Amino acid sequence: MRTRNQTRPYDGKSDQMRIVFAIGFLLLALVGSVGTASAQEGGPTPSPDEVNAIAKNLYCPVCANVPLDVCGTAACAQWRQQIADLLTEGYTEQQIYDYFVQQYGPSVLAAPPASGFNWLIYALPPAVLLLAAFFLGRGLLNWKSEPVKGHRATKKSSNKYRQRLENELKARR
Amino acid sequence: MIADLGFFALLTAFLLAVYGCAAVAMGLWRKETAWVSSARMAMLLSFPLLTISALTLVYSLVNLDFNLEYVASATSRSMPLYLRATALWGGQAGSLLFWSWLMSAFASAVMLRDWRRDRDLQPWVIIVCLVTLGFFLSLILFFENPFTRLWQGVTGTVWSALWQPNAAQPYFPIDGNGLNPLLRHPGMVIHPPMLYLGFVSFVIPFAFAIAALVTGRSDDRWIRVTRRWTLVAWLFLSLGLLLGSRWAYDVLGWGGYWGWDPVEIAAFMPWLSGTAFLHSVMIQEKRGLFKQWNMLLIILTYDLVIFGTFLTRSGVLSSVHAFAQSAIGPMFFIFISATLAISLFLLSRRWRQLRSETQMTSLLSREALFLLNNFIFVSILVICFLGVIFPLASEIITGQQVTVGPIYYEKATGPLWAALLLLMGVAPLSAWRASTARTLGRSIWKPLAISLVLLLLLVSTGIGNPGALLGLWLCAFVFLVTAYEFWRGARARSRTRKENLAVAFWGLIARNRRRYGGYIIHLGVVLIAIGIIGIEFFQQETQGSLAVGERLDLGGYSLEYESLAEFQTADGRLVDRAVVNLYQGDQFLRPLYPRRDYYFESRQPMNIPGLYSTIESDVYLRLVDWEPVSAQSATFKVYLNPLVNWVWIGGLVFILGTLVAAWPERELIEVAEPARFRERAAEARG
Repeated sequence: MRTRNQTRPYDGKSDQMRIVFAIGFLLLALVGSVGTASAQEGGPTPSPDEVNAIAKNLYCPVCANVPLDVCGTAACAQWRQQIADLLTEGYTEQQIYDYFVQQYGPSVLAAPPASGFNWLIYALPPAVLLLAAFFLGRGLLNWKSEPVKGHRATKKSSNKYRQRLENELKARR
Repeated sequence: MIADLGFFALLTAFLLAVYGCAAVAMGLWRKETAWVSSARMAMLLSFPLLTISALTLVYSLVNLDFNLEYVASATSRSMPLYLRATALWGGQAGSLLFWSWLMSAFASAVMLRDWRRDRDLQPWVIIVCLVTLGFFLSLILFFENPFTRLWQGVTGTVWSALWQPNAAQPYFPIDGNGLNPLLRHPGMVIHPPMLYLGFVSFVIPFAFAIAALVTGRSDDRWIRVTRRWTLVAWLFLSLGLLLGSRWAYDVLGWGGYWGWDPVEIAAFMPWLSGTAFLHSVMIQEKRGLFKQWNMLLIILTYDLVIFGTFLTRSGVLSSVHAFAQSAIGPMFFIFISATLAISLFLLSRRWRQLRSETQMTSLLSREALFLLNNFIFVSILVICFLGVIFPLASEIITGQQVTVGPIYYEKATGPLWAALLLLMGVAPLSAWRASTARTLGRSIWKPLAISLVLLLLLVSTGIGNPGALLGLWLCAFVFLVTAYEFWRGARARSRTRKENLAVAFWGLIARNRRRYGGYIIHLGVVLIAIGIIGIEFFQQETQGSLAVGERLDLGGYSLEYESLAEFQTADGRLVDRAVVNLYQGDQFLRPLYPRRDYYFESRQPMNIPGLYSTIESDVYLRLVDWEPVSAQSATFKVYLNPLVNWVWIGGLVFILGTLVAAWPERELIEVAEPARFRERAAEARG
């Protein structure tokens, strides 16, 4: 007859194995949870300088004409935190700008997006500059070559005048 | 009672302005000088009347007469005496009254000059000054009256009205709202008056220009009469801009001094057109050129002055400066449009008459380079104008709000500033009338060669940024050219008069203040440019949260957080002030005290930076955040601003140069006719 103890004699190895399995399972779980967590976070926490580098190019949607990186209001602190969260989630710089434009309108950008009507702000200064340069150049060249009427007689005209004067004087004599 | 006196003085000044305009019209119609003299007296009388009005308002502000709506909105019991007095220009209505008072002072000063040589101009100068003054007084009386009182009805409702409504009693709030915290700074006490002085002084040359247009005087008498007024206007406008920049640096806490804010640009635009005008009138005086252009520039400057006031006062563009918003915008718009249209109509009538007397003979002559200078100034002006109005245009046309920030202005104007610096170096060495590449090259090669050597030295120090290198080279070049001009002049004078060099140098400036004052201004611009290059190309910044005892490093400096204290002040602030020890390497330099002031009255926080200034750079420390109760940790943002102090030093040199240029010259008094006429007479004599 075999007692319970006799049927499975204790040698200590099976318990060790159980502990090994348990530790292995725990480690796997730990690695898995860390992996899941890191997958959820998308990357390391960005530094304040990384956040500010993006916030610098965005304007506070509430306080007009104040860049987001230096705005002191609580709302702006939240928006800076939002940038940090988006960076953590793996958003690129451009995606963050797009996100803010989508949320708060194009006025959050430091310069108007180069599309539609906004092209004017980029096209007009060089156009005006070129146009003005053209007229300035033309004016300068004309100025150099054309005398001003009524102020200074040119050699040719003064010669003509002198000739006429001489002729008239001769005729009187 | 006192406030009633102020109101009636204001009303009388307005009626006198209206009467003065009518009297001038009558005088011109009947050809009776007595009417014009009467209008002149009306103009002169407006000054004491507006002085009474402004003083009564100051009295009410200082004595906290909270029954006046303006006093209740701009002061509070906790404000110190000097801030209560200067709250005169701290709010909308008061600042308009201040503007008008300055305008009447300047116009009265003009009325007191000797008019014997300019009798024909006088009526039109009076009318322009009175129309401008009358417009501002009408805004005050009908839209933004600082003498409006607060009244309380039987139901307890409080409203504002000039006269006592039925069944209402005067209402006296226990305390006022207090001045906008942004304006509670010594810089802000002086900045607006300087800016306003600059604005109103430009009305005088404009008035003379319009008088010349109406009377058909195509000579440059109006320019010669107003030269000093223009310089004074320019001086005050420059001072206003400089003080405003310093205020922004000290108070706004964003690490810089110029943010291309629309209201900054509003003050900058008349400065740009005014600077172009100051250069261009020299050509008219010297060569009889650019008469039409000078008229255009002064008309533009006048309307930009009104436009600047409109932007600041109407709230049409919201910014940190545009603290007040009101219904006066359309009035401004109508006034600007009307004055611009009338001025341009007058100019068009005289267009032929104002043609240049001579012709440009060389593309490298000084007049040609001055024209190029004007072209660049006006180009910068156009870029600024577009940037300011574009958000408005976008909102009107597309319904979409956009921001035009510093990036646009810096990219668009950067190359133009560099071109201006280059011209500043070349133009002083070019000759009037005839200048060839050969003659110009002969005078330029020495400073050019030394500046190129300096450029190589800069490259050898490791500076690799092409923009910075170009800028610094241009600064060196302009500095050398200007110094060379001083040297050449002083040496020549020293040789001919047998004076020692120092005496000759002093005599040189004293005998030709306009020219050498201008050169000193150029030196100031060079120093300012060095400061701008430093902060634009080499600024460093970092941010970090520090526990007590921890350090944050930036550019060789180290900042150690020591403590943070919170306390209340008698003027109604809750102050959170950090103590941060600054080290350079391991050497302790001094503690910095960045703080945040929270104003209870206006519920507005302000970030005041901690500053460590040297001639080389500024360490600019901003308190961003902190752990509320224990203050065991705090977040700081630190900027290292290289060469920024050269902006302020350059500003002082700039102001000094303007004073030298504006100082009366004996020679000018002696000479009655323009230089070009004397030159022609000399030529005719053979």
